[in-house]
Amino acid sequence: MAAPGWPKQIPIHGWRPLILLTVGTQLPFDRLVSALDDLTGRFGLDVYGQVGISTVKPKNFPSVQNIAAQDFDQKFRSADVIVAHAGIGTVLSAQKYRKPIILFPRKASLGEHRNEHQTATCNQLENRPGIYVAWTESDLERLVADRASLKAASTDDVAAGRGSFVSNLRDYLEQL
Amino acid sequence: MRKRLLAVASGGGHWEQLAIISQSFDKFDVLYATTLPGLPEKSGLAPSVLVTDANRDRPLQMLLCAKDIAGVILKFRPNIIISTGAAPGFIALLFGKMLGAKVIWVDSVANSEQLSLSGKLASRFADRVLTQWQHLAGQSKSQYMGGVL
Repeated sequence: MAAPGWPKQIPIHGWRPLILLTVGTQLPFDRLVSALDDLTGRFGLDVYGQVGISTVKPKNFPSVQNIAAQDFDQKFRSADVIVAHAGIGTVLSAQKYRKPIILFPRKASLGEHRNEHQTATCNQLENRPGIYVAWTESDLERLVADRASLKAASTDDVAAGRGSFVSNLRDYLEQL
Repeated sequence: MRKRLLAVASGGGHWEQLAIISQSFDKFDVLYATTLPGLPEKSGLAPSVLVTDANRDRPLQMLLCAKDIAGVILKFRPNIIISTGAAPGFIALLFGKMLGAKVIWVDSVANSEQLSLSGKLASRFADRVLTQWQHLAGQSKSQYMGGVL
């Protein structure tokens, strides 16, 4: 037990969680938690996990149910690669913090979501800068093994997509 | 006198999308409404109010949410209401339209195969429904002006 007054996590110089796993807060995602836990055991990865209400608890890396709002910034900043379900909020966070993201879509056919929109999202986003899709556990293994070569989207890539949307919307709103 | 714009989004991806498009609200007197405490502060957006979260599967929550939203609209009297989803935003558009506001539904970028159910329903009364995918433009009278991704 930590002594009173000590921070819950003692920062150790040179240590950082290379991979941040995040599966969202609303639904369990045991298949992804297990797959990354297995890879962590085999390859000795540095992983920090947000596992939500998944029923599987990772044995090989530390995890929390949800990342507290005040820790979110630090967790994303210190990660080198994000591994996540194909949630839009997570994709936007990866862009904001300029981290490459590996998406592992939830499948409704396996009871992991209400419909197959995460597969559709991955179909649309695959090959975008900074976004990598792991359709299967073996894709995940390959991408995780190759993590040092994954590149984040540049700020220009991100701005190019949303810039015209914001300016078109501004023009529309102002003539209402 | 600046026009009043109410911007509504549930916590999570819906909110993150609203935060990005908030850059287009700079000529308005804006009030943000969301469902999770701390989100507007995290995104640096103010002023804001919290409303009860709701979804189709929870009718009681839906009523509480509707009561909250009605209160916000009656007090703020927005000229324009915009939402990126989900259910609370839909309710806001419905009430807002009844009270004479211009209402705009921005369908979540997560909907890349078809418009959300809320988006389809909103298309029956909204002043504009925007899809964030070019290939969906035209579905339920939606238009495409770009997307956050």
